Amino acid sequence: MQAMPPALEVNDLTVAYRDKPVLWDIDLQVPTGVLMAVVGPNGAGKTTLIKSVMGLMQPAAGSVQVFGEPAGRQQVRRIGYVPQRTSVDWDFPTSVRDVVAMGRYNRGGRWRRADRRDAERVARALATVDMEDLADRQISELSGGQQQRVFLARALVQDADLYLMDEPFQGVDAVTEESMVAVLRRLQEQGRTVLAVHHDLRTAPAYFDWVALLNVRLIASGPMATAFSECNLRETFGGSAPEWANPPVTAAG
Amino acid sequence: METFLQFLDDYTLRNVLLGTAWIGVVSGSLGTFAFLRRQSLLGDVISHATLPGVVLAFLAWQRREIGVLMVGAAGTGLLATALIQVVDTRTNIKRDGAMGVALAVFFGVGVLLLSMIQNLPTASQAGLDKFIFGQAAALVQSDVIVLLVVGGAVLVALLLLWRELKIVTFDPDFARAAGFRVTILEGGIVTLIVVTIVIGLQTVGVILMSAMLIAPAAAARQWTDRLSIMVLVAALVGGASGAAGAIVSAFGPQIPTGPVVVLVLTALVLVSLFLGHKRGLVWHWRRQRRSRKLADPDTVLGALGALESAHAGTVRGHPKAVVRMAVGQSAQVGQALAVLREAGLADEHDGDWSLTERGRSEAERLGRDSGD
Repeated sequence: MQAMPPALEVNDLTVAYRDKPVLWDIDLQVPTGVLMAVVGPNGAGKTTLIKSVMGLMQPAAGSVQVFGEPAGRQQVRRIGYVPQRTSVDWDFPTSVRDVVAMGRYNRGGRWRRADRRDAERVARALATVDMEDLADRQISELSGGQQQRVFLARALVQDADLYLMDEPFQGVDAVTEESMVAVLRRLQEQGRTVLAVHHDLRTAPAYFDWVALLNVRLIASGPMATAFSECNLRETFGGSAPEWANPPVTAAG
Repeated sequence: METFLQFLDDYTLRNVLLGTAWIGVVSGSLGTFAFLRRQSLLGDVISHATLPGVVLAFLAWQRREIGVLMVGAAGTGLLATALIQVVDTRTNIKRDGAMGVALAVFFGVGVLLLSMIQNLPTASQAGLDKFIFGQAAALVQSDVIVLLVVGGAVLVALLLLWRELKIVTFDPDFARAAGFRVTILEGGIVTLIVVTIVIGLQTVGVILMSAMLIAPAAAARQWTDRLSIMVLVAALVGGASGAAGAIVSAFGPQIPTGPVVVLVLTALVLVSLFLGHKRGLVWHWRRQRRSRKLADPDTVLGALGALESAHAGTVRGHPKAVVRMAVGQSAQVGQALAVLREAGLADEHDGDWSLTERGRSEAERLGRDSGD
């Protein structure tokens, strides 16, 4: 396993907002082929971690390596991104199919326009997330769960090796959530890596096999079975570690 | 009619008409992006901020060809956007505050410069004050050629950068993550907005030019849910308003073009708000009415029966709103309830509806029939 460079390696990452640290000295390794959840309380810097890795925020210090190479324009196509659903204006005049097609906009040169293969890819991704019937729907008519599935489909057509997702299940009902998790599993079976911000501690152990516990500092990271312990959870969420948190150690019993 | 035909025959006026309509087409197309990026106020700041540039360019070169004045206008327009950016990022003043201050300061300086040059001995400054409200009649043929070329360049840039403009407008974070140079593209969009405003200054004027940018998009949005169509409709609305403004203001030397254009635009926006077939109010009302069809009395009877058996003996009646929800599909149940009361199947006490003895057995019979 160690022969291969990790999908993502974050070293000494510090991000500050007006001199206040949002992330402090993060060292995180995400091995290739895992589904890793990022959990932590509000304001823990989960979104900031994702955005810094994507190069959307300027860190005060630290470095990010993707598949063993410094993150930069060369790896852009190896990284897929699912931003927070609420980060865009869903009243934009466009259709579901159009939004998903945006995942292919960075392919080919300046003069290349979408071709039939792109269209097929978009159709397949829409089928994967169960949205083919709504392909031509105006995006303002979508429910929260449908919006999340559109963003997931757009990430799928990016055909990336590493996926960064910011709360992909936010506003999604239980049934849809299950089917989206199945899509993530399929990505994992194909050897891809997923790092996703997840806020439901109850479902985290069932959906993901690795976890990073974050509260400005990285409290712990590793396989779910070892890192997702009551002790680590209490340290992450403060004295009031939610009682419904369900560490796999006891859940397995 | 006679005068109108003569008028269209007039060589100068044809030029003026062409120039103003073209300004409408360009600003409508590009304005769609400014509108969707919620940069309407920025357009207003830029257009006001061009005034000092126009006067300074005139003072520097002592000429008043449109090309010369456009350079100055673009200069102070861009300077204003840069200042807003600096104030926004470097101070604790919020962006809208920075924009408000920039608009007032630049426009104030412009008006000051304008009144200073009125006192200059040369007579050639005459007409610069027309830049405030615009005067299409002042366009000469060489001006129109400049407008066509510069505006054409803006449209070509828009077409070449279509996908980039679309993705950066809809989801800038995703665009950046996908490797697009978002900072450069956003700078490009602002530059295109500045250029678009600048070509309309002489005809529409600095005060109202931002309406030329935003109003066509606001109207177009009511008719379509597709970006490409929206740009086309906005271009059409802008072009038509520009042409109408040029024609009306050409009838009298005292009619400024800008206000006429804006009045036409306002009318088109109002019409679109009511009649626009995607989001217009009239269509909205019609859709609502159609979806709220009348419930059929048998259905309401069944729903009442179901409500009563669900609340077996505990609740005597149910308000109309509850009956409506039990029927579903937001149907109108009032008329059906009245029919049932006429037939002695249902009754109302203090706004609560319940079945009569006969109504109950009728509902049971209906339930049995549909169960077969």
